[in-house]
Amino acid sequence: MKQIMGYLKPLLGRMLTGFGIKLAGTVMDLAIPWILAHIIDEIVPTGDKRAIFLWGAGMALCAVIALAGNVIANRRASAVSRDATRRIRRDLFEKIEHLSARQMDELTVPSLISRLTSDTYNVNQTLGRMQRLGVRAPILLTGGIIVTMLMDFRLSLVLLMTLPLLTLGVALISRRGLSLYGTVQQNVDRMVRTVRDDITGIRVIRALSKGDYECARFQRDSEALSRSQIHADAVMAATNPMMQLLLNLGLTAVVVCGAYWVNLGLTKPGSIIAFLTYFTIILNAMMSVNKMFVMLSQAAASANRIAEVLNLPDEAPQGGLKRLENQSRIVFDKVCFSYAQPAHGYDLGPVTLSVGRGETLGVIGATGSGKTTLIQLLQRFYPPDEGAIYVDGENIAGMEEARLHGLFGVAFQSDAFFAGTIYENIDLGRGLPREAIEKAARCAQAEEFILATPEGYDHPVRAKAMNLSGGQKQRLLIARALAGNPEILILDDSSSALDYRTDALMRAAIRKEYPDATIVLVAQRVSSVKNADQILVLEEGRMAGLGTHDVLLRDCPLYAQIARIQMGGDDDAAA
Amino acid sequence: MPPRNGVIQKPRNARGTLLRLGKYLWKSAPLLILALSLSVAGNLFQLIGPTLCGKAIDAVAGGKGKVDFATVFSYARLMVLFYAASAGLGYLVPQIVLRISQKTVRMMRADLFAKLMRLPVQYFDTRQTGDILSHISYDIDTVNTSLSNDLVQILTSVITVAGALSMMIRISPLLVLVFAVTVPLSVLFTRFMTRRVRPLYHNRSKCLGEMNGFVEEYVSGQKTIRAYHREADVLKRFEQKNEAAVESYYRAEYYASITGPSVNFINNLSLTLISLFGALMYLGRQITLGNISSFVLYSRKFSGPINEAANIFSELQSALAAAERVFELMDEPEEPADLPEAKPLEVREGRVDIEHLNFGYDPHRLILRDVNLTAEPGGMIAIVGPTGAGKTTLVNLLMRFYDPQSGTITIDGQSIHHVTRSSLRGAFSMVLQDTWLFNGTVHDNIAYGNPGATREKVIEAAKAAHIHGMIQRLPKGYDTLLTEDGVNISKGQKQLMTIARAMLQPAHLLILDEATSNVDIRTEALIQEAMRALMRDKTCFVIAHRLSTIRSADLILVVQGGQIVEQGRHQELLRRNGAYAALYRAQFA
Repeated sequence: MKQIMGYLKPLLGRMLTGFGIKLAGTVMDLAIPWILAHIIDEIVPTGDKRAIFLWGAGMALCAVIALAGNVIANRRASAVSRDATRRIRRDLFEKIEHLSARQMDELTVPSLISRLTSDTYNVNQTLGRMQRLGVRAPILLTGGIIVTMLMDFRLSLVLLMTLPLLTLGVALISRRGLSLYGTVQQNVDRMVRTVRDDITGIRVIRALSKGDYECARFQRDSEALSRSQIHADAVMAATNPMMQLLLNLGLTAVVVCGAYWVNLGLTKPGSIIAFLTYFTIILNAMMSVNKMFVMLSQAAASANRIAEVLNLPDEAPQGGLKRLENQSRIVFDKVCFSYAQPAHGYDLGPVTLSVGRGETLGVIGATGSGKTTLIQLLQRFYPPDEGAIYVDGENIAGMEEARLHGLFGVAFQSDAFFAGTIYENIDLGRGLPREAIEKAARCAQAEEFILATPEGYDHPVRAKAMNLSGGQKQRLLIARALAGNPEILILDDSSSALDYRTDALMRAAIRKEYPDATIVLVAQRVSSVKNADQILVLEEGRMAGLGTHDVLLRDCPLYAQIARIQMGGDDDAAA
Repeated sequence: MPPRNGVIQKPRNARGTLLRLGKYLWKSAPLLILALSLSVAGNLFQLIGPTLCGKAIDAVAGGKGKVDFATVFSYARLMVLFYAASAGLGYLVPQIVLRISQKTVRMMRADLFAKLMRLPVQYFDTRQTGDILSHISYDIDTVNTSLSNDLVQILTSVITVAGALSMMIRISPLLVLVFAVTVPLSVLFTRFMTRRVRPLYHNRSKCLGEMNGFVEEYVSGQKTIRAYHREADVLKRFEQKNEAAVESYYRAEYYASITGPSVNFINNLSLTLISLFGALMYLGRQITLGNISSFVLYSRKFSGPINEAANIFSELQSALAAAERVFELMDEPEEPADLPEAKPLEVREGRVDIEHLNFGYDPHRLILRDVNLTAEPGGMIAIVGPTGAGKTTLVNLLMRFYDPQSGTITIDGQSIHHVTRSSLRGAFSMVLQDTWLFNGTVHDNIAYGNPGATREKVIEAAKAAHIHGMIQRLPKGYDTLLTEDGVNISKGQKQLMTIARAMLQPAHLLILDEATSNVDIRTEALIQEAMRALMRDKTCFVIAHRLSTIRSADLILVVQGGQIVEQGRHQELLRRNGAYAALYRAQFA
């Protein structure tokens, strides 16, 4: 909340002028009934028709000023909330762009998306509403109370006695209501998740004839949601009747006390009647203030979710790290890492290896053996818990992010595509020369299918690349990684959907066209890594072997076993 | 939640939609009538309150020393009573309405979901998940809000307006004519504004939608952005989307927020007219002072709901539009019913014959052309070929997720067209390319096809799929909840779980669609072994890129460009030195 207020600070001047204009408009609104009373009480008894018309014109003028004031103030309010939202959203997006992998894991992508969309939307909406309604209601409330106090101090005290009770009641209900709405939101999420699950798994559900089972499962979620919604709404629905009851009881007390004081000659009967009018104004203003309070606390939830992200610490490069004698391109020095608590044992490591310029490191291992983790550490998406990683002798923990990431070209197992053309998806906004992109596409064996499309490189890629096959996607990702002519090329199981022939052609082309690139090649096929200068064999995060194909075949039983299963007997290979 | 396609959406067939909505509401008719009569009573109590108050004040009016305390107290007691009753009703009515609207929403949601479960697979293949989700969450939510808020408000407003109008007519029919000027004025103005603002709202939703789409795409791809250091460039593009979003929001909001002050202005105008003409009439002895002030009070009560009418009307419209979208989905054509003479499929051996099969998702673009094949009972059919060659399509047809344009598929001599779908699908167990686990426990996910399975059976299947060890390492073992982002489970491990699921299923035929593409080869070989044992005497269809997976197949189909170009066993095909041999040799290039 404080964070969001910070965004309003530079707009304070504009907000205050807006409030001033709004104040003028509201005062005019209040003046109109006063003129009415004046006409009836003072002018009419005199029978002066000219004065009646004059005051009537005055009323019309007030109405016009009220209109103009409110319209102008509303426009300014919208502009203020627009300018604040623009900056909040921009800063949030920028912050999210730079979140570390661990922070992303903790916050999760869907949650970040909803913070950037729904939550900033809520803040925008509330900022506007608060400025539009937030002035009027308090003015009416305080104005009403002041007028009653001026009119009859004693009687107004009776009415004001109810205020602490009211505040207490409203606060209790709102607090309870807010926590209940939290439950509602959880239940909404759960229900939506069930439906999303079922839509993606519709084939399995059909295949197993589980439609009825899923209906029952959905029904449970739906009912849980409904119950929590009823619970929350029922609590909140108590607010208005409670406020009305308390104020009406206060009013009854005014009448009874008033009767005593009138009898003693301390109060006039007319004051009691006037109280009735102002009482309505106060009641309505109270309800508006309460509504705003609820609105504000809901927006506060959104504001806090935004602030939570904005306040995350930045991960700055460390200073004062020592360089390594070993000037190899990549060095892993006793690197250990775990996603959760290291106390439960490391998910990876210790890994020690060294890869030279222009060399290829193959990484092979079972699912979950830590291959992808290794790649993530190399790019500093996660910091190692122990040990260090060096590039050209420099500890990557101390490198500027731009320089570090500039070293790599990466094709992940399943990477992101963005709506645009094939060309744009390879270029990714880097403004690379066309030749570099075409060369990369050629090496990645993607050119053939690109040129087979009617638009060639300008062929559109839809969101999530749904119009491309798995193999086509992988080839584009590899082209993307190659296009920047990286010093270190990382291919993370990025050719799994390619047939063996294409895979082999691609590897040969890359080695020929990008001779200086150090390649880290993660694969599940022995055939993909067998020509690498070194092959790292991982088993449940531990190094099970490191060496060339031939050495590993001899020394690493696991590698030999994988090779035997995949490549079959020599008789087949010879055929 | 941001509006989807513009806040004010016009229903196309308002009457039909209202009627169908009415049918749902009708099921709560007794409660609805109760809520209505209670809110009428509540309104009356509210009208009585001020009258009682007035009487009490009359008893005070005598002034110093002449207050009639007995009357004051008796009316004060009545006031407390009526206010308490009014507050009680004010609490009770929303409670009832809440339950009505929730009951309605629950029924609609259940119907909608049941409908989803009956729609053909094609429906889901051709639509965005988010779109379908918005029907079941956003659209129904809109209907719910409107039902719970607007319904009661409209009804009580009608009573208030009618009451106030009749009171005003009783006081002075002449003065009521003032409203003949201002009411049409405000109606005309509202209509003008609505027309003016609607395209702005539309534009706002469009810009917001574009920004949301951008955010979804780029936040999901955050790692890629960072890996390529494109943050500044992407931020610049986001700024453009953001600018369009806030600016369109501003324009819509600004115009929409003119409405409030303007309607207020029209009210002030009518107040001015009333006081002007009222004063003149008073001078002409046509009205008393007290009546003018009552008239003003009633006019406030009268114009309140009229002001709200514009809001409620637009809310109702968008609720109707939402309800219409829900009903549209409910009217989608379902998966065609089984033939009336359809019998359950009886699998004796598991022999599958495909004859002269032609199929294309688009009838004008055939993907499969004149496919013929026979799967012998207990055999293993391997389908190989490049991506997009139509291998998955065959599975869609076997399971009747889609029906072919022509040709027949028979299982043990029974055409799959002439048996019930549930028996057909039940005869297969399958592990698909896209692993599917739902948000439940590991146990429930594995036992999905066989809900009665004991823990022992589940563990047995998990062991056979080589996932038991990994499951044991999860925080709560088999009772661990699999949530979307929570537990750190790799793609391969997910696939192993779906394999364990298939192992538990008592089926006669097995489909593996690249089922092991994310499982490392070492595990794959073990699974294959277990699978073979499990599927003895049963027919398997295996689709995979890996030749090692299919070397032991009884029949290998090489699919290229929608045609089966080669059939035969591994050694046979290698000797033929055709497409398969080329594919196979590439492994050792």
